[in-house]
Amino acid sequence: MAEFDTSPIMTSGAAFGVTPSQTVGPFLHLALADPADAWVVPVGTVSGFWLRGTVTDGNADPVTDALVETWQASANDAEVSASVVGFGRCPTDAAGCWAIHTVKPPPTSAADGRRAAPHLAVSIFARGLLDRLVTRIYFADEEEANAVDPVLGELPDPTRGQTLLATPTKDGYHFSLRLQGEAETVFFAL
Amino acid sequence: MSTPEPRGLPAGYARPAPGTDAPLISPAYRSTAARAPSRPLVALTPGLNELTGPLFGMDRVRPGDADLSRGPSGDALGQRIVVAGRVLDADGRPIPDALIEIWQANASGRYHHERDNWPAPLDPNFSGGGRTVTDEEGHYRFLTIKPGAYPWANHVNAWRPAHIHVSLFGRSFSQRLVTQMYFPDDPLFFQDPILGAIPDPAARRRLVSAYDHALTEAQWALGFRWDIVLRGPLAVPFEPLSEQDHHG
Ligand SMILES: [Fe+2]
Repeated sequence: MAEFDTSPIMTSGAAFGVTPSQTVGPFLHLALADPADAWVVPVGTVSGFWLRGTVTDGNADPVTDALVETWQASANDAEVSASVVGFGRCPTDAAGCWAIHTVKPPPTSAADGRRAAPHLAVSIFARGLLDRLVTRIYFADEEEANAVDPVLGELPDPTRGQTLLATPTKDGYHFSLRLQGEAETVFFAL
Repeated sequence: MSTPEPRGLPAGYARPAPGTDAPLISPAYRSTAARAPSRPLVALTPGLNELTGPLFGMDRVRPGDADLSRGPSGDALGQRIVVAGRVLDADGRPIPDALIEIWQANASGRYHHERDNWPAPLDPNFSGGGRTVTDEEGHYRFLTIKPGAYPWANHVNAWRPAHIHVSLFGRSFSQRLVTQMYFPDDPLFFQDPILGAIPDPAARRRLVSAYDHALTEAQWALGFRWDIVLRGPLAVPFEPLSEQDHHG
């Protein structure tokens, strides 16, 4: 175990060092699990769909106490009302499943001015994760845009790009989050 | 985990100093074994989504949400405390309108949660969840009770030091933080693999609140000060492709 300095402190946040992350733990539902947060866009939104997924661990067991958050800076599809905020959040259930109701965002500009394929930014929090995991959800049916996306195109192992693609389903898309092991999802350092 | 800097980082975009965040694989914390990714994180040049974020303001907070000390039939049991401080960026500038969500065990160390089976008493007047938003100068303030320590199965005679779970939204996705706040001089620190996973002792100390007599209210509650520093600054000028609603 790491050696510990238990000397008293007089102030906190001195020199504006960044506050470290800690695990969300198993009881996040006490503050972070409002069912309304699954609705990025309201029921009945034209072009709205369900983005459903799973979270599994290194033993392929479902992770039943995770929290998935999604963010899309823009959802300004002409059909979508200006009230779209773009934030979604859903805890996993007893089967490790989560779902948000959203719309596909338009392409955005990447940092170097190139065009990014439609995608959502994603955070995963769970007991056993000392920091959140960050990834992106792209859409498998955006082949043209995905082919020129700078992030998908510059993965150290391009074959792992498959793990970032949500696949079409009857009522929207499906996205598997595999925290560890075979076909582990690509996670990013921000 | 060492990560090469991606090219094209926007001005003002800085990563926390090495040693600030725990390695995802931390064997002393057993739950990391099957959940931490086995492959190195891939360096990401942040895009529009990572440089913006939800700005909730007050729309998620109702009056009374920052007071956890009262329940439907009276005051919660335990030592009443004020937890207050400021939310700043790494340049020391206050972050206004930051949504802070907290949850914690009751004075006996028991969570009001169906999966907590530690047989300490529940308190019908303590649900343990609260939220608030920082003011223009980054200040926040909660009234709650001091949480108890509780045992867990991580190692022999394992006890979590008393802590409050804290979730913060800053100005962008990159500033999102979930962490835990501890209390000064807790004798359980030495054996806690969650706090202990943070490599830099100075960074670890930033999770420990300080007793502050100026926050203590006479005949009412003890005061603990805890400032939170989010990475950044991220007041990044960013050219969107088209007219996009970043949603203020
Ligand atoms: Fe806890």
